[in-house]
Amino acid sequence: MTLSDEKARTEEVAANPRLERKAERRESWRGFFHAIPAYVYLIFFFVLPLIIVYVFSFASRSRTGKPELEGWNTDSWQRLGEPLVRTIVTRSVFVAVLNTVLCLVIGYAFAYWIATRRKQSTRTLLLILVLIPFWSNFLVRTYAWRMLLDSDGYITQLGEMTGLWGRMLFTLPAVFLGLLYGYLPFMVLPLYAAIERIDWSLVEAGRDLYASGTQAFRKITLPLSRPGIIAGSILVFIPSLGAYVTPDILGGAKTTLLGNFIVSQFGSARNWPFGSALSGAILMIMLVATIVYFRSGAKTV
Amino acid sequence: MTAQHSSLRRPWVERWLGINGWIVFAFLYLPILIVVVFSFSGASNVGVWGGFSLRWYERMFGNTQLLASLENSLWVALWSTIAATVLGTAAALALDRYRKWATRGAFDAIVYMPVIIPDVTMAVMLLLWFTQIGLPLGRVSITLAHIAFNISFVAIVVRSRLAHMDPSMEEAASDLYASRWKVFRKVTLPLIMPGVLGGALLALTLSLDDVVITSFVQGPGSTTLPVHVFGLIRRSVTPEINAVSTLMIGASMFLVLTSLAIQGRSND
Repeated sequence: MTLSDEKARTEEVAANPRLERKAERRESWRGFFHAIPAYVYLIFFFVLPLIIVYVFSFASRSRTGKPELEGWNTDSWQRLGEPLVRTIVTRSVFVAVLNTVLCLVIGYAFAYWIATRRKQSTRTLLLILVLIPFWSNFLVRTYAWRMLLDSDGYITQLGEMTGLWGRMLFTLPAVFLGLLYGYLPFMVLPLYAAIERIDWSLVEAGRDLYASGTQAFRKITLPLSRPGIIAGSILVFIPSLGAYVTPDILGGAKTTLLGNFIVSQFGSARNWPFGSALSGAILMIMLVATIVYFRSGAKTV
Repeated sequence: MTAQHSSLRRPWVERWLGINGWIVFAFLYLPILIVVVFSFSGASNVGVWGGFSLRWYERMFGNTQLLASLENSLWVALWSTIAATVLGTAAALALDRYRKWATRGAFDAIVYMPVIIPDVTMAVMLLLWFTQIGLPLGRVSITLAHIAFNISFVAIVVRSRLAHMDPSMEEAASDLYASRWKVFRKVTLPLIMPGVLGGALLALTLSLDDVVITSFVQGPGSTTLPVHVFGLIRRSVTPEINAVSTLMIGASMFLVLTSLAIQGRSND
Protein backbone atom coordinates (compact mmCIF):
# COMPACT_ATOMS: atom_id res chain seq x y z
CA MET A 1 0.00 0.00 0.00
CA THR A 2 1.35 3.45 -0.84
CA LEU A 3 0.95 6.85 0.69
CA SER A 4 -1.00 8.11 -2.34
CA ASP A 5 -3.57 5.41 -1.68
CA GLU A 6 -3.59 6.58 1.87
CA LYS A 7 -4.13 10.18 0.83
CA ALA A 8 -7.16 9.21 -1.23
CA ARG A 9 -8.35 7.23 1.72
CA THR A 10 -7.84 10.18 4.07
CA GLU A 11 -10.19 12.27 1.97
CA GLU A 12 -12.70 9.47 2.04
CA VAL A 13 -12.12 9.05 5.75
CA ALA A 14 -12.74 12.70 6.53
CA ALA A 15 -16.32 12.17 5.52
CA ASN A 16 -16.69 8.89 7.34
CA PRO A 17 -15.98 8.66 11.07
CA ARG A 18 -16.08 4.86 11.07
CA LEU A 19 -13.30 4.63 8.45
CA GLU A 20 -11.36 7.28 10.36
CA ARG A 21 -11.33 5.11 13.44
CA LYS A 22 -10.21 2.15 11.36
CA ALA A 23 -7.31 4.13 9.85
CA GLU A 24 -6.28 5.27 13.30
CA ARG A 25 -6.24 1.71 14.53
CA ARG A 26 -4.09 0.59 11.59
CA GLU A 27 -1.66 3.43 12.25
CA SER A 28 -1.49 2.50 15.89
CA TRP A 29 -0.63 -1.11 15.05
CA ARG A 30 2.13 -0.03 12.73
CA GLY A 31 3.73 2.08 15.46
CA PHE A 32 3.44 -0.77 17.89
CA PHE A 33 5.11 -3.11 15.39
CA HIS A 34 8.11 -0.77 14.98
CA ALA A 35 8.44 -0.44 18.71
CA ILE A 36 8.18 -4.13 19.60
CA PRO A 37 11.90 -5.09 19.47
CA ALA A 38 13.05 -2.20 21.68
CA TYR A 39 9.96 -2.62 23.85
CA VAL A 40 10.61 -6.31 24.53
CA TYR A 41 14.30 -5.67 25.15
CA LEU A 42 13.70 -2.83 27.61
CA ILE A 43 11.00 -4.75 29.46
CA PHE A 44 13.36 -7.66 29.88
CA PHE A 45 16.53 -5.72 30.69
CA PHE A 46 15.17 -2.57 32.30
CA VAL A 47 11.63 -2.81 33.65
CA LEU A 48 11.89 -6.27 35.22
CA PRO A 49 15.31 -5.46 36.78
CA LEU A 50 13.72 -2.27 38.17
CA ILE A 51 10.96 -4.30 39.80
CA ILE A 52 13.37 -6.91 41.17
CA VAL A 53 15.26 -4.18 43.08
CA TYR A 54 12.14 -3.48 45.13
CA VAL A 55 11.47 -7.21 45.58
CA PHE A 56 14.99 -7.82 46.88
CA SER A 57 14.78 -4.88 49.27
CA PHE A 58 12.19 -6.86 51.29
CA ALA A 59 14.23 -10.08 51.29
CA SER A 60 16.39 -11.26 54.17
CA ARG A 61 20.12 -11.21 54.19
CA SER A 62 22.05 -14.46 53.92
CA ARG A 63 25.64 -15.19 54.81
CA THR A 64 26.76 -15.45 51.18
CA GLY A 65 25.41 -12.00 50.37
CA LYS A 66 22.86 -13.21 47.84
CA PRO A 67 19.52 -12.69 49.58
CA GLU A 68 17.15 -15.48 50.46
CA LEU A 69 13.81 -14.84 48.84
CA GLU A 70 11.89 -15.85 51.94
CA GLY A 71 11.32 -14.44 55.39
CA TRP A 72 10.13 -11.15 53.91
CA ASN A 73 10.70 -8.13 56.13
CA THR A 74 11.08 -4.36 56.09
CA ASP A 75 14.40 -4.29 57.99
CA SER A 76 16.31 -2.81 55.06
CA TRP A 77 13.85 0.06 54.68
CA GLN A 78 13.86 0.74 58.41
CA ARG A 79 17.64 1.01 58.32
CA LEU A 80 17.28 4.07 56.08
CA GLY A 81 16.43 6.02 59.24
CA GLU A 82 19.75 5.21 60.95
CA PRO A 83 21.95 8.23 61.78
CA LEU A 84 24.80 6.99 59.54
CA VAL A 85 22.49 6.61 56.54
CA ARG A 86 20.88 9.97 57.22
CA THR A 87 24.31 11.64 57.34
CA ILE A 88 25.31 10.08 54.02
CA VAL A 89 22.01 10.98 52.32
CA THR A 90 22.18 14.58 53.58
CA ARG A 91 25.79 14.88 52.43
CA SER A 92 24.95 13.42 48.99
CA VAL A 93 21.99 15.73 48.44
CA PHE A 94 24.08 18.71 49.60
CA VAL A 95 26.91 17.77 47.21
CA ALA A 96 24.51 17.20 44.29
CA VAL A 97 22.63 20.49 44.85
CA LEU A 98 25.78 22.58 45.33
CA ASN A 99 27.42 21.01 42.28
CA THR A 100 24.32 21.73 40.18
CA VAL A 101 24.29 25.38 41.32
CA LEU A 102 28.04 25.80 40.65
CA CYS A 103 27.69 24.22 37.20
CA LEU A 104 24.67 26.42 36.46
CA VAL A 105 26.34 29.71 37.45
CA ILE A 106 29.66 29.04 35.70
CA GLY A 107 28.04 27.19 32.80
CA TYR A 108 25.45 29.92 32.13
CA ALA A 109 28.01 32.70 31.80
CA PHE A 110 30.13 30.39 29.66
CA ALA A 111 27.30 29.23 27.37
CA TYR A 112 26.03 32.83 27.07
CA TRP A 113 29.48 33.99 26.03
CA ILE A 114 29.76 31.29 23.32
CA ALA A 115 26.19 31.81 22.07
CA THR A 116 26.67 35.57 21.64
CA ARG A 117 29.86 35.43 19.54
CA ARG A 118 29.23 37.35 16.32
CA LYS A 119 30.50 34.88 13.73
CA GLN A 120 28.81 31.52 13.26
CA SER A 121 32.21 29.90 12.63
CA THR A 122 33.55 31.16 16.00
CA ARG A 123 30.50 29.75 17.78
CA THR A 124 30.90 26.37 16.05
CA LEU A 125 34.60 26.20 16.90
CA LEU A 126 34.05 27.06 20.57
CA LEU A 127 31.23 24.53 20.75
CA ILE A 128 33.48 21.77 19.34
CA LEU A 129 36.01 22.70 22.05
CA VAL A 130 33.27 21.99 24.63
CA LEU A 131 32.24 18.74 22.93
CA ILE A 132 35.71 17.19 23.11
CA PRO A 133 35.90 17.02 26.92
CA PHE A 134 32.19 16.09 26.97
CA TRP A 135 32.94 12.97 24.92
CA SER A 136 36.27 12.21 26.61
CA ASN A 137 36.48 9.33 29.02
CA PHE A 138 35.08 10.33 32.41
CA LEU A 139 37.48 8.06 34.29
CA VAL A 140 40.52 9.58 32.58
CA ARG A 141 39.29 13.09 33.36
CA THR A 142 38.87 12.16 37.03
CA TYR A 143 42.33 10.57 37.04
CA ALA A 144 43.76 13.91 35.87
CA TRP A 145 42.56 15.52 39.10
CA ARG A 146 43.94 12.68 41.20
CA MET A 147 47.31 13.55 39.68
CA LEU A 148 46.94 17.31 40.19
CA LEU A 149 45.71 17.10 43.78
CA ASP A 150 48.19 14.51 45.09
CA SER A 151 50.95 15.61 47.50
CA ASP A 152 53.38 16.46 44.68
CA GLY A 153 50.66 17.47 42.21
CA TYR A 154 50.70 20.91 40.59
CA ILE A 155 47.58 22.23 42.31
CA THR A 156 48.98 21.20 45.70
CA GLN A 157 52.33 22.84 44.88
CA LEU A 158 50.54 26.02 43.78
CA GLY A 159 48.55 26.08 47.01
CA GLU A 160 51.64 25.57 49.14
CA MET A 161 53.51 28.28 47.24
CA THR A 162 50.76 30.84 47.78
CA GLY A 163 49.95 29.47 51.21
CA LEU A 164 46.25 29.30 50.36
CA TRP A 165 45.61 25.55 50.53
CA GLY A 166 47.35 22.26 51.25
CA ARG A 167 46.80 18.78 49.87
CA MET A 168 43.13 18.49 48.95
CA LEU A 169 43.09 14.84 47.83
CA PHE A 170 40.66 12.63 49.81
CA THR A 171 38.67 15.63 51.09
CA LEU A 172 35.25 17.03 50.15
CA PRO A 173 36.68 20.00 48.16
CA ALA A 174 38.52 17.49 45.94
CA VAL A 175 35.25 15.65 45.29
CA PHE A 176 33.59 18.97 44.39
CA LEU A 177 36.37 19.86 41.97
CA GLY A 178 36.08 16.45 40.33
CA LEU A 179 32.30 16.63 40.02
CA LEU A 180 32.39 20.20 38.68
CA TYR A 181 35.01 19.17 36.15
CA GLY A 182 33.13 16.02 35.19
CA TYR A 183 29.65 17.46 34.75
CA LEU A 184 30.18 21.07 33.61
CA PRO A 185 29.96 20.12 29.89
CA PHE A 186 26.59 18.41 30.60
CA MET A 187 25.28 21.80 31.76
CA VAL A 188 26.87 23.91 29.03
CA LEU A 189 25.49 22.04 26.01
CA PRO A 190 21.73 22.31 26.75
CA LEU A 191 22.20 25.91 27.95
CA TYR A 192 23.99 26.80 24.73
CA ALA A 193 21.21 25.22 22.65
CA ALA A 194 18.59 27.27 24.51
CA ILE A 195 20.46 30.61 24.51
CA GLU A 196 21.44 30.37 20.85
CA ARG A 197 17.77 30.07 19.90
CA ILE A 198 16.78 33.30 21.70
CA ASP A 199 15.37 36.00 19.46
CA TRP A 200 17.49 38.99 20.52
CA SER A 201 15.03 41.49 19.02
CA LEU A 202 12.88 40.77 22.09
CA VAL A 203 15.73 41.94 24.32
CA GLU A 204 16.19 45.00 22.14
CA ALA A 205 12.51 45.80 22.38
CA GLY A 206 12.81 45.57 26.15
CA ARG A 207 15.78 47.95 26.15
CA ASP A 208 13.90 50.36 23.86
CA LEU A 209 11.18 50.44 26.48
CA TYR A 210 13.78 51.65 28.99
CA ALA A 211 14.46 48.36 30.74
CA SER A 212 17.93 48.33 32.29
CA GLY A 213 20.40 45.65 31.18
CA THR A 214 19.80 43.72 34.40
CA GLN A 215 16.03 43.99 34.06
CA ALA A 216 16.13 42.85 30.43
CA PHE A 217 18.26 39.87 31.43
CA ARG A 218 16.07 38.91 34.36
CA LYS A 219 12.72 39.40 32.61
CA ILE A 220 13.54 38.32 29.05
CA THR A 221 16.78 36.37 28.55
CA LEU A 222 16.57 34.21 31.65
CA PRO A 223 12.95 33.02 31.14
CA LEU A 224 13.69 32.28 27.47
CA SER A 225 16.64 30.07 28.40
CA ARG A 226 14.61 28.11 30.96
CA PRO A 227 14.38 24.85 28.90
CA GLY A 228 18.19 24.73 28.85
CA ILE A 229 18.39 25.44 32.58
CA ILE A 230 15.96 22.60 33.33
CA ALA A 231 17.62 20.05 31.03
CA GLY A 232 21.14 20.97 32.21
CA SER A 233 20.18 20.86 35.90
CA ILE A 234 18.67 17.38 35.55
CA LEU A 235 21.68 16.13 33.59
CA VAL A 236 23.99 17.35 36.38
CA PHE A 237 21.91 16.73 39.50
CA ILE A 238 21.03 13.07 38.93
CA PRO A 239 24.49 11.68 38.14
CA SER A 240 25.95 13.85 40.96
CA LEU A 241 23.49 12.28 43.39
CA GLY A 242 24.53 8.77 42.36
CA ALA A 243 28.22 9.59 41.82
CA TYR A 244 30.55 6.72 42.53
CA VAL A 245 33.76 7.02 40.48
CA THR A 246 34.62 10.61 41.48
CA PRO A 247 34.21 10.25 45.28
CA ASP A 248 35.93 6.86 45.12
CA ILE A 249 39.05 8.22 43.43
CA LEU A 250 39.20 11.74 44.91
CA GLY A 251 37.38 11.34 48.22
CA GLY A 252 38.20 9.56 51.44
CA ALA A 253 36.46 7.71 54.23
CA LYS A 254 34.87 10.93 55.51
CA THR A 255 33.37 11.82 52.16
CA THR A 256 31.38 8.61 51.46
CA LEU A 257 28.43 9.45 49.24
CA LEU A 258 25.30 7.44 48.43
CA GLY A 259 26.88 5.87 45.33
CA ASN A 260 29.85 4.51 47.29
CA PHE A 261 27.63 3.39 50.12
CA ILE A 262 25.41 1.38 47.74
CA VAL A 263 28.39 -0.22 46.00
CA SER A 264 29.89 -1.24 49.36
CA GLN A 265 26.66 -3.12 50.19
CA PHE A 266 27.31 -5.35 47.20
CA GLY A 267 31.03 -5.64 47.97
CA SER A 268 32.57 -5.70 51.42
CA ALA A 269 29.34 -5.34 53.43
CA ARG A 270 27.57 -8.19 51.57
CA ASN A 271 24.10 -6.89 52.30
CA TRP A 272 22.17 -7.04 49.03
CA PRO A 273 18.71 -6.33 50.51
CA PHE A 274 19.96 -3.12 52.16
CA GLY A 275 21.76 -2.14 48.95
CA SER A 276 18.50 -2.72 47.07
CA ALA A 277 16.55 -0.55 49.49
CA LEU A 278 19.11 2.27 49.09
CA SER A 279 18.92 1.98 45.28
CA GLY A 280 15.14 1.98 45.47
CA ALA A 281 15.24 5.13 47.60
CA ILE A 282 17.65 6.98 45.30
CA LEU A 283 15.40 6.08 42.37
CA MET A 284 12.41 7.63 44.11
CA ILE A 285 14.33 10.81 45.04
CA MET A 286 15.37 11.05 41.40
CA LEU A 287 11.86 10.62 40.03
CA VAL A 288 10.38 13.16 42.45
CA ALA A 289 13.14 15.68 41.68
CA THR A 290 12.63 15.28 37.93
CA ILE A 291 8.84 15.64 38.13
CA VAL A 292 8.99 18.66 40.46
CA TYR A 293 11.58 20.35 38.27
CA PHE A 294 9.60 19.78 35.06
CA ARG A 295 6.37 20.97 36.69
CA SER A 296 7.97 24.16 38.01
CA GLY A 297 9.42 24.83 34.57
CA ALA A 298 6.15 24.18 32.76
CA LYS A 299 4.25 26.57 34.99
CA THR A 300 6.51 29.58 34.66
CA VAL A 301 7.24 29.40 30.93
CA MET B 1 20.94 40.42 15.44
CA THR B 2 23.55 39.08 17.77
CA ALA B 3 25.86 41.92 16.81
CA GLN B 4 23.27 44.55 17.66
CA HIS B 5 22.60 42.79 20.89
CA SER B 6 26.20 42.76 22.08
CA SER B 7 26.46 46.48 21.37
CA LEU B 8 23.70 46.93 23.93
CA ARG B 9 25.72 45.15 26.58
CA ARG B 10 27.97 47.14 28.85
CA PRO B 11 31.68 46.69 28.06
CA TRP B 12 32.59 45.45 31.56
CA VAL B 13 30.00 42.67 31.26
CA GLU B 14 31.45 41.67 27.91
CA ARG B 15 35.01 41.68 29.31
CA TRP B 16 33.99 39.65 32.36
CA LEU B 17 32.21 37.08 30.17
CA GLY B 18 35.34 36.71 28.05
CA ILE B 19 37.60 36.21 31.06
CA ASN B 20 35.21 33.60 32.47
CA GLY B 21 35.12 31.86 29.07
CA TRP B 22 38.87 31.48 28.78
CA ILE B 23 39.23 30.40 32.42
CA VAL B 24 36.63 27.67 31.82
CA PHE B 25 38.47 26.49 28.71
CA ALA B 26 41.74 26.37 30.66
CA PHE B 27 39.94 24.47 33.44
CA LEU B 28 38.58 21.96 30.92
CA TYR B 29 41.80 21.41 28.99
CA LEU B 30 44.84 21.87 31.28
CA PRO B 31 44.24 18.70 33.35
CA ILE B 32 43.88 16.54 30.21
CA LEU B 33 46.95 18.19 28.70
CA ILE B 34 49.05 17.45 31.78
CA VAL B 35 48.02 13.77 31.68
CA VAL B 36 49.05 13.55 28.02
CA VAL B 37 52.38 15.39 28.53
CA PHE B 38 53.50 13.17 31.41
CA SER B 39 52.73 9.98 29.50
CA PHE B 40 55.81 10.88 27.40
CA SER B 41 58.07 11.49 30.40
CA GLY B 42 60.89 9.08 31.13
CA ALA B 43 60.71 9.57 34.91
CA SER B 44 59.07 6.91 37.07
CA ASN B 45 57.39 9.60 39.14
CA VAL B 46 54.30 11.31 37.75
CA GLY B 47 54.77 15.07 37.87
CA VAL B 48 58.54 15.01 37.36
CA TRP B 49 59.73 15.58 33.80
CA GLY B 50 62.38 12.98 32.92
CA GLY B 51 62.98 13.73 29.26
CA PHE B 52 60.99 12.48 26.28
CA SER B 53 60.50 8.73 26.30
CA LEU B 54 58.11 6.13 24.99
CA ARG B 55 58.92 3.59 27.69
CA TRP B 56 55.44 3.72 29.26
CA TYR B 57 53.85 2.98 25.89
CA GLU B 58 56.23 0.05 25.36
CA ARG B 59 55.34 -1.24 28.78
CA MET B 60 51.64 -0.79 28.11
CA PHE B 61 51.78 -2.83 24.91
CA GLY B 62 53.69 -5.57 26.73
CA ASN B 63 51.04 -5.77 29.48
CA THR B 64 48.98 -8.87 28.61
CA GLN B 65 46.28 -8.20 31.24
CA LEU B 66 45.73 -4.74 29.84
CA LEU B 67 45.57 -6.01 26.28
CA ALA B 68 43.08 -8.73 27.25
CA SER B 69 40.85 -6.08 28.84
CA LEU B 70 41.13 -3.94 25.72
CA GLU B 71 40.00 -6.91 23.61
CA ASN B 72 36.99 -7.42 25.91
CA SER B 73 36.14 -3.71 25.65
CA LEU B 74 36.20 -3.75 21.87
CA TRP B 75 34.12 -6.95 21.67
CA VAL B 76 31.45 -5.55 24.00
CA ALA B 77 31.47 -2.12 22.35
CA LEU B 78 31.07 -3.56 18.85
CA TRP B 79 28.16 -5.89 19.57
CA SER B 80 26.32 -3.56 21.92
CA THR B 81 26.62 -0.68 19.43
CA ILE B 82 25.24 -2.74 16.53
CA ALA B 83 22.30 -4.05 18.56
CA ALA B 84 21.50 -0.72 20.22
CA THR B 85 21.64 1.15 16.91
CA VAL B 86 19.12 -1.18 15.25
CA LEU B 87 16.75 -1.26 18.23
CA GLY B 88 17.14 2.47 18.99
CA THR B 89 16.47 3.51 15.39
CA ALA B 90 13.31 1.39 15.25
CA ALA B 91 12.18 2.92 18.54
CA ALA B 92 12.84 6.45 17.24
CA LEU B 93 10.77 5.74 14.11
CA ALA B 94 7.93 4.42 16.25
CA LEU B 95 8.04 7.46 18.52
CA ASP B 96 8.26 9.99 15.71
CA ARG B 97 5.93 8.55 13.09
CA TYR B 98 3.04 7.10 14.95
CA ARG B 99 1.46 9.48 17.37
CA LYS B 100 -1.26 7.29 18.72
CA TRP B 101 -0.95 3.72 19.80
CA ALA B 102 -1.82 1.75 22.84
CA THR B 103 0.70 2.03 25.75
CA ARG B 104 2.52 4.79 23.89
CA GLY B 105 3.02 6.88 27.04
CA ALA B 106 4.55 3.96 28.91
CA PHE B 107 6.88 3.33 26.00
CA ASP B 108 8.03 6.96 26.06
CA ALA B 109 8.85 6.61 29.74
CA ILE B 110 10.82 3.38 29.47
CA VAL B 111 12.80 4.64 26.49
CA TYR B 112 13.91 7.80 28.27
CA MET B 113 14.39 6.52 31.82
CA PRO B 114 17.68 4.67 31.25
CA VAL B 115 19.23 8.02 30.24
CA ILE B 116 18.54 9.79 33.52
CA ILE B 117 18.91 6.89 35.95
CA PRO B 118 22.21 7.02 37.91
CA ASP B 119 24.80 4.40 36.85
CA VAL B 120 24.90 2.86 40.31
CA THR B 121 21.16 2.16 40.31
CA MET B 122 21.24 0.66 36.82
CA ALA B 123 24.20 -1.50 37.89
CA VAL B 124 22.38 -2.82 40.97
CA MET B 125 19.23 -3.53 38.97
CA LEU B 126 21.03 -5.54 36.31
CA LEU B 127 23.23 -7.47 38.76
CA LEU B 128 20.18 -8.58 40.77
CA TRP B 129 18.29 -9.50 37.61
CA PHE B 130 21.14 -11.45 36.00
CA THR B 131 21.83 -13.47 39.13
CA GLN B 132 18.12 -14.06 39.57
CA ILE B 133 17.57 -15.47 36.07
CA GLY B 134 20.82 -17.43 36.34
CA LEU B 135 22.65 -15.70 33.50
CA PRO B 136 26.40 -16.34 33.85
CA LEU B 137 28.33 -13.08 34.31
CA GLY B 138 30.81 -12.39 31.52
CA ARG B 139 31.13 -10.68 28.16
CA VAL B 140 27.53 -11.52 27.21
CA SER B 141 26.02 -10.06 30.38
CA ILE B 142 28.13 -6.89 29.95
CA THR B 143 26.96 -6.57 26.34
CA LEU B 144 23.30 -7.04 27.31
CA ALA B 145 23.69 -4.31 29.97
CA HIS B 146 25.33 -1.88 27.53
CA ILE B 147 22.56 -2.42 24.96
CA ALA B 148 20.00 -1.57 27.65
CA PHE B 149 21.38 1.93 28.28
CA ASN B 150 22.48 2.61 24.70
CA ILE B 151 19.06 2.03 23.05
CA SER B 152 17.83 5.24 24.68
CA PHE B 153 20.77 7.38 23.58
CA VAL B 154 20.49 6.16 19.97
CA ALA B 155 16.71 6.74 20.02
CA ILE B 156 17.14 10.35 21.22
CA VAL B 157 19.76 11.22 18.60
CA VAL B 158 17.84 9.61 15.71
CA ARG B 159 14.57 11.16 16.83
CA SER B 160 16.02 14.68 16.76
CA ARG B 161 17.13 13.98 13.18
CA LEU B 162 13.66 12.69 12.22
CA ALA B 163 12.08 15.82 13.68
CA HIS B 164 14.00 17.99 11.20
CA MET B 165 13.17 15.79 8.21
CA ASP B 166 10.98 16.94 5.33
CA PRO B 167 8.22 14.33 4.83
CA SER B 168 7.58 15.45 1.21
CA MET B 169 10.49 13.32 -0.07
CA GLU B 170 8.92 10.17 1.27
CA GLU B 171 5.53 11.18 -0.06
CA ALA B 172 7.00 11.80 -3.51
CA ALA B 173 8.59 8.34 -3.52
CA SER B 174 5.39 6.60 -2.58
CA ASP B 175 3.45 8.66 -5.12
CA LEU B 176 5.80 7.04 -7.65
CA TYR B 177 4.63 3.62 -6.46
CA ALA B 178 7.60 2.71 -4.29
CA SER B 179 6.71 0.06 -1.73
CA ARG B 180 6.86 0.90 1.97
CA TRP B 181 10.10 -1.02 2.43
CA LYS B 182 11.61 0.61 -0.65
CA VAL B 183 10.68 4.08 0.62
CA PHE B 184 12.36 3.29 3.90
CA ARG B 185 15.52 1.86 2.34
CA LYS B 186 15.96 4.38 -0.49
CA VAL B 187 14.61 7.59 1.03
CA THR B 188 14.11 7.53 4.80
CA LEU B 189 17.27 5.66 5.78
CA PRO B 190 19.70 7.77 3.68
CA LEU B 191 18.07 10.93 5.07
CA ILE B 192 18.37 9.88 8.72
CA MET B 193 21.78 8.20 8.23
CA PRO B 194 23.77 11.05 9.87
CA GLY B 195 21.53 10.69 12.92
CA VAL B 196 21.92 6.89 12.94
CA LEU B 197 25.71 7.15 12.64
CA GLY B 198 25.84 9.89 15.27
CA GLY B 199 23.79 7.72 17.61
CA ALA B 200 26.02 4.71 16.89
CA LEU B 201 29.19 6.70 17.65
CA LEU B 202 27.68 7.97 20.89
CA ALA B 203 26.75 4.39 21.83
CA LEU B 204 30.28 3.24 21.03
CA THR B 205 31.77 6.00 23.19
CA LEU B 206 29.45 5.30 26.12
CA SER B 207 30.19 1.58 25.93
CA LEU B 208 33.94 2.21 25.89
CA ASP B 209 33.60 4.62 28.85
CA ASP B 210 31.40 2.67 31.23
CA VAL B 211 32.94 1.70 34.56
CA VAL B 212 30.21 1.29 37.16
CA ILE B 213 27.69 -0.91 35.35
CA THR B 214 30.38 -3.11 33.81
CA SER B 215 32.15 -3.66 37.12
CA PHE B 216 28.87 -4.99 38.56
CA VAL B 217 27.93 -7.38 35.77
CA GLN B 218 31.37 -8.66 34.75
CA GLY B 219 32.61 -12.17 35.44
CA PRO B 220 36.10 -13.62 35.83
CA GLY B 221 38.28 -12.81 32.82
CA SER B 222 35.79 -10.44 31.20
CA THR B 223 37.11 -7.16 32.68
CA THR B 224 36.98 -4.23 30.25
CA LEU B 225 39.68 -1.62 29.80
CA PRO B 226 38.10 1.20 31.86
CA VAL B 227 37.29 -1.18 34.73
CA HIS B 228 40.86 -2.50 34.68
CA VAL B 229 42.26 1.05 34.65
CA PHE B 230 39.89 2.03 37.47
CA GLY B 231 41.42 -0.75 39.57
CA LEU B 232 44.92 0.50 38.75
CA ILE B 233 44.05 4.11 39.65
CA ARG B 234 42.65 3.06 43.02
CA ARG B 235 45.96 1.42 43.86
CA SER B 236 48.39 4.12 42.74
CA VAL B 237 49.19 6.84 40.22
CA THR B 238 51.74 5.63 37.65
CA PRO B 239 52.98 7.01 34.32
CA GLU B 240 51.71 3.82 32.67
CA ILE B 241 48.15 4.94 33.52
CA ASN B 242 48.98 8.23 31.81
CA ALA B 243 49.91 6.33 28.66
CA VAL B 244 46.64 4.32 28.72
CA SER B 245 44.70 7.52 29.43
CA THR B 246 46.32 9.27 26.48
CA LEU B 247 45.27 6.40 24.25
CA MET B 248 41.69 6.62 25.54
CA ILE B 249 41.56 10.41 25.06
CA GLY B 250 42.89 9.93 21.53
CA ALA B 251 40.17 7.37 20.81
CA SER B 252 37.36 9.60 22.07
CA MET B 253 38.71 12.63 20.18
CA PHE B 254 38.74 10.53 17.02
CA LEU B 255 35.14 9.47 17.65
CA VAL B 256 33.84 12.98 18.36
CA LEU B 257 35.58 14.49 15.33
CA THR B 258 34.27 11.69 13.08
CA SER B 259 30.78 12.29 14.40
CA LEU B 260 31.04 16.05 13.80
CA ALA B 261 32.37 15.47 10.28
CA ILE B 262 29.39 13.24 9.47
CA GLN B 263 26.87 15.74 10.84
CA GLY B 264 28.66 18.67 9.19
CA ARG B 265 28.77 17.12 5.74
CA SER B 266 25.08 16.23 5.86
CA ASN B 267 24.15 19.83 6.72
CA ASP B 268 25.82 21.26 3.61
